[in-house]
Amino acid sequence: MTVTDFISLAPLLIIAGAPIIMMLTIAFVRSHKVIWGFSVIAFIVALASLYFVSQVAPHDIKPLFIFDKTSLFFMGMIIGASLIITLLSYDYLKFHMGEKEEYYIILFVSTLGALILTTATHFVSFFLGLETLSVSLYILIAYLKSRDNSIEAGVKYLVLAASSSAFLLFGMALIYTVTGTMNFKEIGAILISSDPLSPMIYAGFGMMIVGLGFKLALVPFHMWIPDVYQGAPVPVTAFIATISKGGVMALFLRFFFAIQGGSNSIFISVLSILAILSMFTGNFLALQQLNLKRMLAYSSIAHLGYLMITILAGNILGLQAAIFYLLAYFITSLGAFSVISLLSVCEQDAEQLDNFRGLFWKRPWLAVVMTLSMLSLAGIPLTAGFMSKFYLVFSGFKSNLILLVFCLVVNSVISLYYYLKVVTTMFSTADDRNLPVVSFTGNIVLVVVVIGILWIGLIPGSLFHFITEFASF
Amino acid sequence: MNLLFFIIILLMGGFLAWLSGKWSSILPRIISLIAVFINFIITVYIAFNRDSYGKGTWMIDYKANWIKSFGIGLHLSLDGLSLLLLLLTFFLGIIAVLISWKEITKNIGFYHFNLMWILAGIVGVFLSMDLFLFYFFWELMLIPMYFLIGIWGHENRIYASYKFFIFTQASGLLMFISILALYFIHGANTGIYTFDYEQLLGTKMSESMAMILMFGFLVAFLVKLPVVPFHSWLPDAHTEAPTAGSLILAGLLLKTGAYGLLRFIIPLFPTAAVSFAPYGMLMGVVGILYGAKLAFSQTDLKRLVAYTSVSHMGFVMLGVFALNELAYQGVVMQMIAHGISTGALFILVGQLYERIHTRDITKMGGLWAKVPVMGAVGLIFSMASLGLPGLGNFIAEFLILMGVCKVSVWMTCLASVGLIAATIYSLRFVQKVFLGTDHYEGKIWDLSVREKLISAVLVIIIVWLGLMPQPVLNMAKPAILNTLSAKEKNAEKPGAYLFHPANNIKDIQ
Repeated sequence: MTVTDFISLAPLLIIAGAPIIMMLTIAFVRSHKVIWGFSVIAFIVALASLYFVSQVAPHDIKPLFIFDKTSLFFMGMIIGASLIITLLSYDYLKFHMGEKEEYYIILFVSTLGALILTTATHFVSFFLGLETLSVSLYILIAYLKSRDNSIEAGVKYLVLAASSSAFLLFGMALIYTVTGTMNFKEIGAILISSDPLSPMIYAGFGMMIVGLGFKLALVPFHMWIPDVYQGAPVPVTAFIATISKGGVMALFLRFFFAIQGGSNSIFISVLSILAILSMFTGNFLALQQLNLKRMLAYSSIAHLGYLMITILAGNILGLQAAIFYLLAYFITSLGAFSVISLLSVCEQDAEQLDNFRGLFWKRPWLAVVMTLSMLSLAGIPLTAGFMSKFYLVFSGFKSNLILLVFCLVVNSVISLYYYLKVVTTMFSTADDRNLPVVSFTGNIVLVVVVIGILWIGLIPGSLFHFITEFASF
Repeated sequence: MNLLFFIIILLMGGFLAWLSGKWSSILPRIISLIAVFINFIITVYIAFNRDSYGKGTWMIDYKANWIKSFGIGLHLSLDGLSLLLLLLTFFLGIIAVLISWKEITKNIGFYHFNLMWILAGIVGVFLSMDLFLFYFFWELMLIPMYFLIGIWGHENRIYASYKFFIFTQASGLLMFISILALYFIHGANTGIYTFDYEQLLGTKMSESMAMILMFGFLVAFLVKLPVVPFHSWLPDAHTEAPTAGSLILAGLLLKTGAYGLLRFIIPLFPTAAVSFAPYGMLMGVVGILYGAKLAFSQTDLKRLVAYTSVSHMGFVMLGVFALNELAYQGVVMQMIAHGISTGALFILVGQLYERIHTRDITKMGGLWAKVPVMGAVGLIFSMASLGLPGLGNFIAEFLILMGVCKVSVWMTCLASVGLIAATIYSLRFVQKVFLGTDHYEGKIWDLSVREKLISAVLVIIIVWLGLMPQPVLNMAKPAILNTLSAKEKNAEKPGAYLFHPANNIKDIQ
């Protein structure tokens, strides 16, 4: 291995090394504060190391990884989100009985999985990353095992994720049988030269779409998501909503680009159907939800449906739109989940809509953040969600995906109803419920989120420019 | 004079009002009053010195980059039409702050924040000459309005606020798609990708495409205006909103729809607009008659006034699609006069509600004897609403009917029936509330000094508009001529519209 290889791998090595140090530390001192502080520092160091990686990018580590600017951007987003989730976790776990320290270790491992996904160019690294992410998520989801729903959620995720991995693996095997390679680019080259494609290839891709669709919770592979969102601790829910989906999405984009799926009409129509189904199903199921975590679960199905537009666009503009949309979605989701997390008390998450009744009159600051997040998810001007939806519609239009864009517009209107419901609840008359005090770190997170939402929503020019420079595969 | 200043003052004023609401209940009111007043003074100053400004299309023009990579600019421009509407906006803004003085007692800071931000959004709509920016402001004014109705409204406020938001947002998104399509078509034609209004004027496209895109815009404006059958959000929103909310809805928000028709539909899609004109006029006439009929049968006073708005906005729709100068003068006049007179009626209803806590017309009657000043004000504005000569609305409706008469006699006749219907519902209003037997048995007091002052100013303006409409017409004239010449220049068959729509009308009937 060369020095450049080491520099490129630095973020992965830091994230992989930190848990080992933490395990050793726990053997001597078991302190929530120490482990938490160390995690925060490790994430910041990993984030900083990205700067050095960018100096040597793009760099290939054959055959498994590629460190190009796009993967760097995704890595930045993922590590940043992990940092925010870690910050939130301290307050969330503070009152929890039992061991809290191992939680951070597993958080690092699953972040590592997501990071590998963003750099993978090969089925092996792809599968390794995905399994590292999923296996650690089984534990994270069921971490607060004394809770009612957590074991149920964990087992549900375990069973379904394992079977979807089996699908994925079988799909990869079929493709390998035909093409004789596991490298994305080489697969793409073989597919282009062979026409018509053999049925085995289609079967293989079909199974891979089942596997990926499960991780992204596209309809009809979405059944697990509301229960898992509800059963998992709030920071872990935020993790699934952002990092897990973002990582898989990054991989999906890279894979679809490499095999030039945009030129195959069968791929296009299958993904279009999945996208449209996801948009409508997600939004319709969210309409009647009174549990905020479940509502956000359904809304995430719809948002992933929107994101499929960027994949289907199949060009550089689509990629840019995807990156931009994911960034806005990361920030917005983290905003919503941090408010829920900060309002949660030890036994019960603040997941019911009733928990938010009159929040605006009692905790205006939290309510403002939540309102901004909801408006951003709905895509209302001033917020990041508006600009990102604009970018999405823009790229869809440019690639002539008129039907999908139209579905997105219809769904934006449907989704307004339940986002507004949350806002309306916060502005209704207050009851005399006691609310926990927001800590200093909590406030930092909220400030970061608000700045992010408004900055992207108002002056996205520099970010657009930045992403235009970054996006390339 | 930087036009961004208007918007920034309002946004900052809103923020300060919100912050100051924590410590004081009077400070937010004063801050908002000052913010709007500064803007008002500046606008009046511009109006009096308008000869000293630019001689071109725009009196004042401001251009800056916003999102360069997409060709989105921060382009704000002022011409006679926008100047008139700004005057109306700031004037009604001042009134809105004043009438909330006693009515709003909880969450005063946030209330004024919303009020200021709605005004900022409206000002943005009237000034934006970049379609993306226009859409941005178009949506921006919804959120605070939604809060205004949803938090400070009456019994059924949640339902009304949802309906308002979803109607306008849905129609707005269709417009947004049209804007994007226009952007791409223009870009494909010329290689310049821009959202700038002036550059998008005269974009070449097929007739059917122009029709589809125009409908996208049209839906947004017709919902806002509103034109039957897109009106069903309006009675709910007007009825449930607090008084200042109803005032702004009727006086300003509806005008953004009318403004959009004049500024965007006709110049951007001249050919499509001409072929749509007969149907547009028909929709206008239907609106006039249907609104009047429903206004007559209401028992809720606020709903009654709301339906008169539907009827009056039918005149705007009729005038816009008559496509000639006379009708356009009437449309501009109607926008101003309706803003004042309907606003005044909503204020009156609000004042009545503050005193007797009901809006039910069957529980009133004979109030003249107890509150003569209020009765007089009510009478004057009912007369304005029915189009009595000497008051602003008469000039407006008369000009519109004259303009329409040039194009279609039938439409004029039908619309004139609307004037008779207006007489009936207006007289019923006066009869049931102020005359007849007294059904109300409680204490009631007449207008306070503050309220008298507000009413007096409104009365003076509506009379002034009725007796001396010329300054308003002069101010709007260049803008009207621009709209019409943009149509002439871009339409493929200039002049043909004079006969063309009339022929089609016979087919419809």
